[in-house]
This record gives sequence, structure tokens and C-alpha cells, in this order.
Amino acid sequence: MRRSKLLYVPFWATYAFLYLPILVLVVMSFNAGDSAYTYEGFSLKWYGELAGDERIRTGLLNTLVVATGSTVIATVLGTLLAVGLARFTRSKTLDALALMPAVLPDLVLAIGLLVFYSAIQLTLGLYSVTLAHALFSMAFVAAVVRTRLTGADTSLEEASRDLGAGPVVTFMRVTLPQLTPGIVAGALLAFTLSLDEFVIAFFTIGNAEPTLPIVIYSMVRFGVTPKINALAAILLLVSFTAVIAGQRMTRIGESRAQD
Amino acid sequence: MKSEAKARPAPRVRGRRLGAFVFLSPGLTYLVVLLLVPLGLVLSYTVFQRGRFGGVVYEFTTENFTRLIDPLYLGVVGDSLRIAGLTTLIALLVGYPTAYLIAQLPSRWKTLALVAVVLPFWTNFIIRVYAWIMLLSGPGLVNSALGKLGLGPYELLYHEGTIVTGLLYSYLPLMVLPLYAAIERLDPQLREASANLGASAFTTFRKVTLPLSVPGVLSGCLFVFVPSFGNFVIPEMLGGNKSTMVGNLIRDQFLKARDWPFGSTLALALIAVLVALLVVQAWAARRA
Repeated sequence: MRRSKLLYVPFWATYAFLYLPILVLVVMSFNAGDSAYTYEGFSLKWYGELAGDERIRTGLLNTLVVATGSTVIATVLGTLLAVGLARFTRSKTLDALALMPAVLPDLVLAIGLLVFYSAIQLTLGLYSVTLAHALFSMAFVAAVVRTRLTGADTSLEEASRDLGAGPVVTFMRVTLPQLTPGIVAGALLAFTLSLDEFVIAFFTIGNAEPTLPIVIYSMVRFGVTPKINALAAILLLVSFTAVIAGQRMTRIGESRAQD
Repeated sequence: MKSEAKARPAPRVRGRRLGAFVFLSPGLTYLVVLLLVPLGLVLSYTVFQRGRFGGVVYEFTTENFTRLIDPLYLGVVGDSLRIAGLTTLIALLVGYPTAYLIAQLPSRWKTLALVAVVLPFWTNFIIRVYAWIMLLSGPGLVNSALGKLGLGPYELLYHEGTIVTGLLYSYLPLMVLPLYAAIERLDPQLREASANLGASAFTTFRKVTLPLSVPGVLSGCLFVFVPSFGNFVIPEMLGGNKSTMVGNLIRDQFLKARDWPFGSTLALALIAVLVALLVVQAWAARRA
């Protein structure tokens, strides 16, 4: 089928639009000069400055603590929920409820949690952020695991139950091993989402030491500095690697499932 | 014998009930405590008064709703609708041809092109917005390029257009993905048949491809509009410190003015707009 050459204009424009800002950030992160705008030759000095920045180091540590905690909660609860919804009920309402944290705007979740924490007089801190992140991550884990469950063959589970295994034994010995690639994918997704999440953390952190996105936010508000460029370049490298690794893993998982 | 046959299914039914309880109760408890109860609280706050030092005084009032229809606040809602609508429209106009071309690529390139669309989406949100401050600010790259052409410098930041650019940059992938999925699903035979019957490429697109991809268009528009409409970070970082969108207003009521009842009422208005859109989308998707 012939197609117009004109179509390639928005196509390449999209990629230029998506990558030009990122490219500029990365190039400027190697700037030898002090300006965030004019390039004066190659240097790694901003990476050195970054490594010495106490606030960023603490922010990164806090982000990792929150991401790990919320991923553990979200993966356990999300997986159980997905199995429960797929195998033990046909309720559309419960399905919708499980997806709700992923669908609602983050601002609505954020103020809801702030209001709730304040009503039960919980002192805000990293754990309140962790509980909050687990809420929306759980919805994503449940959705990912659910997709694998609906495609999965139920005959093994039925066989297990016919042979007298209870739901828990069937789950541990039969369902769980089948679901592992989906659970790993869901956990990775939960972890990445938590690393990047800003709005909910911003509302539920209180006066505690902030997570990395909040540190970046306050640095950016203070003004443009090449140090942020270096941080941006590192975060880009990390997330690009994670996405490509995740892509590879799902492909390996799929080809194994087909064997 | 008879009784035994009858008794047999019983443990299984009990097993299913126990199973439902074991699997569903932890997640559902979490959802009730941290989602439904908080939303209920927000909803109830809309009819109460603010405390003198923030917080809530549990005395009934309709004042929050009368304040909501004040032209000042309705104007902000209107601005948000316009900004999010414009973002969605541009995303559709740019995203459709992109998704269309990706769907036609040979499968090797297809995956690569798709991953390339999603990759920027997986990098830190604040950093992506920050990149635009660098590009567009006074001495930034765009202005120095314009300077070499003998133009400018212009104040490129702190306009409505800057906000639209930032929102578009952040959410364009959410438009391309559902569009791609919808176009990819189409049976190529339909297009071949249309071409064989003498339709030009454009007529085929207009009469076959486009109508069949409407569900993708609708979900793409929703995926871009929803986060754009409630955003407060991009309007603040790229639009200056004016409260330009509903999100900023809600944030300010909660964290600055500490008027939680009115903030809750604004949030309710935000949810109402989104629910209305969801209903329209579901209705349009069924007709498509």
C-alpha cells in the first residue's frame, strides 16, 4: 500500500520532540563551564559535585526505602487480589474497585490520603508515603497479574483441587509458579512507579526528609544548575536500562511460555 | 451412599468461600481503608466549614458550593478545560500519524519504534519538565538558536503555550499507545478491499481506517486529558506561579490556605468532570 511521504513529517517530529530535550540535558551534564546554558567543553565535574551532595544522597536512599517497602506490600496484596478476583468472584464492582487507584488522578489520591492520615492523627513520614505508594502500585500489580491469569490454563488448578488440595495449597504449588513472570513484571512496574512518583509523596511526606523527586523539585524551583543535568543523565541511564531489561525479560518469559 | 454423594461437594464450596476470603480480604481491606474511607472523608468535607487554623469544623454549610460557582473559580476550571483540551487535540493530531506509521513498520522496527515512544515516559517526571525550562528559558537553547537567526530573544516560559508543550511532552506516549493498538488490530484486508474497489489512499483512511480506530482515539484522548486536567506541577514550573489550573487551586487550598473543605469541593468538581468524560467516552465507544 502506498502512503504519503507527508506522514513521515509528524512521525519524525514526534521523535525529535521526545528526544531533543533529553539529549540537551545529557550533553549539558558534561559541561566544563559553570553555566547551565553554554557548553564550554567536556568535564565530569558535575558528576563529582552530585556525588558529594548530601541532600541528593539522602533523597535517593529515602526513595529506595519507600520503593522497596511499597513494592513488597503491593506485590503481595496485588497478586492475592488478582487471583481472588479471577478465580473466586465475578463481581464487576470489585474489579473496578481494584483498578480505581490506577485510574483516579494522583492529586485526588494524594488529598484523600492526606485527609485520612490527618483524621487518624498519624505523624507523616516515609512510612505514610510507603503505604500511599503501595495503594496505586497494588492496582498495577493486580492488573498485570490478572492479564496472565485470564490467559492461563485452569485445568492444572482444577486437577489440583480434584486431587484434594485446598485453595492455599493449589495457589502455592500450582498457580504461583505459573504466575511468576507476571508477578516479577508487576513488581518491577511497582518499583519504577514508586521511584518516580511525586504528587502523592509531596502531600504525604509531612516534614520528614524528602524523597528524590521532591528534592529535585525543590532544587529546580531554586534555579537551573548543571548538577541537576548530571542527576538527570544518571536517572535516564537507569530507567532506560530498566525498561530495556524489562522488555528482554518479558520476551524471554513469553518464549518460555510458548515452549 | 446417597448422603455421601451429597456431602462431597460441600468441602469444595466451603473451600471456595475460604479461598475468596483468604485471597480477597487483604487487598480489599487495604482498598477500603486507604481509598474508600479517604474518598468518603473528602466527600463529607465539602459540606463542612474550615477551621480557623486549618482543619475542619463539623458544622453544615453549602458555602463551599456557592464559592465554587464564583466566576473566579469557574474561570480556572474553564482555563483547565481549555489547556487540557488543546493538549489532547495536538496530541491526537501528532500522535495519530505517528501511531499509523508505527503500525505499518516491519515487526522488528515496530517494537523499537514503540519502545522509543515509551522510553522518555519512564524517566523522572520532574526531570522531563525541567528539561523544558532549560530549553525555553531566557538564555536557553531555543533562544540562542533564534538569536543566530537574528530573532528574539523571546520570553518563551510562563505562557499557556509553555504549559501545553510541557503537558504534551509528558503525556504524548499515552496517546500513541492506544492509537497504535487500535490501528494494529485492524484487518489489513479491509484496506486492501477498499483500495481494490478504487478508493484512494486518503479515502480508504477516511472511510475505513479512521472510523474503525475510533475506540483507540477515545481512550487516547482520555489518557491524555485526565492527567493534563488535574496537573499542578507543569503549570507551576512552566507557567509561572499563577494559579492557572484546577490542580494548582486544589494544592493551594490544602497546603497553603489550609481550607480543606473548599479544597475538597474543588476536588469533587475535578472528579465530576472526569466521570462525565468517562461516561461520554463509554457511550461513544459503544456507538463506534
